[in-house]
Amino acid sequence: MPNPSETALRNATIAVLVENEAGILARVVGLFSGRGYNIESLTVAPVDDARRLSRITIVTSGTEMVIEQIKAQLDRLVPVHKVSDLTLEGPHLARELALIKVVSRGENRVEALRLAEAFRARVVDATTESFVFELTGAGDKIDAFCALMQPIGLAEVSRTGVVAILRGPSGLS
Amino acid sequence: MSASPETLAATRTMNGAEIVLQALKDNGVEVIFGYPGGAVLPLYDAIFHQNAIRHILVRHEQAAVHAAEGYARSTGKVGVVLVTSGPGATNAVTGLVDALMDSIPVICLTGQVPTHLIGNDAFQEADTTGITRPATKHNYLVKDINKLAGVMHEAFYVAKSGRPGPVVVDLPKDILIGKGPYTEAPTTPHRSYRPKTRPEPQAIQAAVRLLKGAKRPIVYAGGGVINAGPEASRLLTEFVRLSGMPCTNTLMGLGAYPAEDRQFLGMLGMHGTYEANLAMHGCDVMLNIGARFDDRVTGRLNAFSPASKKIHADIDPSSINKSVPVDVAIIGDAAATLAALLECWQQDPTPQDRPALAGWWRQIEEWRKTNCLQYRQEGAIIKPQHAVKRLYEITRELGRETFISTEVGQHQMWAAQYFGFQQPNHWLTSGGLGTMGYGLPAAMGVQVAHPDALVIDIAGEASILMNIQEMATLAQYRLPVKVFILNNEYMGMVRQWQELLHGSRYSESYSAALPDFVKLAESFHARGMRVSDPNQLDAAIREMIAHPGAVIMDVLVEKEESCFPMIPSGAAHNEMILGPGQAGGVAGVTDEGKVLV
Repeated sequence: MPNPSETALRNATIAVLVENEAGILARVVGLFSGRGYNIESLTVAPVDDARRLSRITIVTSGTEMVIEQIKAQLDRLVPVHKVSDLTLEGPHLARELALIKVVSRGENRVEALRLAEAFRARVVDATTESFVFELTGAGDKIDAFCALMQPIGLAEVSRTGVVAILRGPSGLS
Repeated sequence: MSASPETLAATRTMNGAEIVLQALKDNGVEVIFGYPGGAVLPLYDAIFHQNAIRHILVRHEQAAVHAAEGYARSTGKVGVVLVTSGPGATNAVTGLVDALMDSIPVICLTGQVPTHLIGNDAFQEADTTGITRPATKHNYLVKDINKLAGVMHEAFYVAKSGRPGPVVVDLPKDILIGKGPYTEAPTTPHRSYRPKTRPEPQAIQAAVRLLKGAKRPIVYAGGGVINAGPEASRLLTEFVRLSGMPCTNTLMGLGAYPAEDRQFLGMLGMHGTYEANLAMHGCDVMLNIGARFDDRVTGRLNAFSPASKKIHADIDPSSINKSVPVDVAIIGDAAATLAALLECWQQDPTPQDRPALAGWWRQIEEWRKTNCLQYRQEGAIIKPQHAVKRLYEITRELGRETFISTEVGQHQMWAAQYFGFQQPNHWLTSGGLGTMGYGLPAAMGVQVAHPDALVIDIAGEASILMNIQEMATLAQYRLPVKVFILNNEYMGMVRQWQELLHGSRYSESYSAALPDFVKLAESFHARGMRVSDPNQLDAAIREMIAHPGAVIMDVLVEKEESCFPMIPSGAAHNEMILGPGQAGGVAGVTDEGKVLV
């Protein structure tokens, strides 16, 4: 019988510290597509101008063996400084930012505002027939908000993907 | 440090092409394999002005990379390639992937259109770094002349550090012409890429304890041992002899352990020996050193060596647990790992289970009696196995330093089975990518590095045509490479699979309209020979070897001979097919098996 650890899927949030140079994102994305790994979310931005470093946060899923492979494959890319599996390393915060456009009139408009308040979403743009809400939180919170907005005029969603960081004093670099 | 003349020289200004050449010289490069074109003219002009680096003009860019691979594999140095932009770079891609799959250190300098034209679909423009990103270990596009020298030095570091591989440096023409500072190789460690080479002592100790307690151990060594340098092969031999364990080599590892030693079980895998594969299947502790559990080696994964504890030593952490989960992982250079294993073996007080090992050897000797590589040379037609075996025996008897390269297919497997390699770096074959057309240019690269050695490309009549244009390169540089064609008028391995899996429907696998290889050789200023009579084979081989120049020897062999033993695709090690007249016969191949290549 196959060992359950070899077949059970798990999610992993992986933080990767890389040289901020041309082509690095293509290397990482190409690695995932070339080897058939999942990307559920990927975000990237420079985090340290002085040391020319960017941070990539990847949310992926796979068997334990595949996730170990992903980390090892990332780690052997020449411009990669550090690979950290936040899911394994301990409690971490994961956040996403979403801009959500709702187009509605009348009672639906009032309801949209009420829900936004309950979710602590901010109104960042408004017209007489639309709102753009800004919402920050874990992915499932944004999913829930979008689901509630669906029947009352959800028109468009733009999400950043997940950024994540370990809780407590220890860091990545 | 005071400003000595050396440090002053270290920052002198040159044009980009001179910076490239200076960096090559400073990194010990003596020869480059290349083909000129518009984008690299400044580099060719710089080459014209110097004599320190020799340029070998190939006839196709793919061949330049294979030649550099041959040079690298046979010397342990980095092979260097120079090609132009666009088609020059795209032609080189097959060679780059070949070097990537077989972990061969190669630097490929590609020309590029000037930086202001990049992205404009300029003449002979290709997105070289985009195209070669998955084809290389790493690549660079140099857009700032101030970074050129640094990139060149880093390219050498990356190509040869950790698990070696190909590196592309894409050089826009304006960068080659512009002036900038030349800096020497940095002495500080690389910012991000610092592969681990020293194994963890705890892992070594865990491995030694497992191996000492083993009742049925086996050492399975691969190309990583060759890549770690000849010392690694010497240490492997010492370790295997000290421990008394059986040893098998992968296709890429042949020569890491002396083929004629009693403890050597031959190659393992799809066309490996019966004893090697059954020992892998039946072992209780396996030490994999510098091999990667390739699908040609493991056969069906869920039936691969089911009862063994596995130790995997590799310099590349991504090789560990990739396809086969292991019990002990050792990350490190093969030579450092073997040295540590030897030392720990001698110091660790755990007694070795010698009686069990003796019993294991009795079992292995039983398997050996199958004599799985036997064939019968009878009748008027040369058996391909016999041709390789005689080639081996005659070269061994002559005692000249001999290098063997191959193309890809049946002849490659026969070469691996019947040519015994006593030392590393003398066997060159395309293992991972399986590139037909590899052997002739690779042999060329070997001969450039070893002008006095005997270099033979064991070829098939189909493969050889894939880079046959390199015969002109042999002529130009008077490289006395011998091309030994096992001519069965078929793409033999394709034909064999069609026989086994597709009802002998030989779809498009017959080598129709073959050239007359004798005349072909002569037209390329080489000697052409043909032999079809088994009784004249030896004399022909001796004549080929004695000829001072390049030779194409067309050996007409049995047309429908198949390569055995064979583990059919999707089968396990203990389900291998032996040759005709031996036990087994053709086992059924499942549909799942047919899917595999």
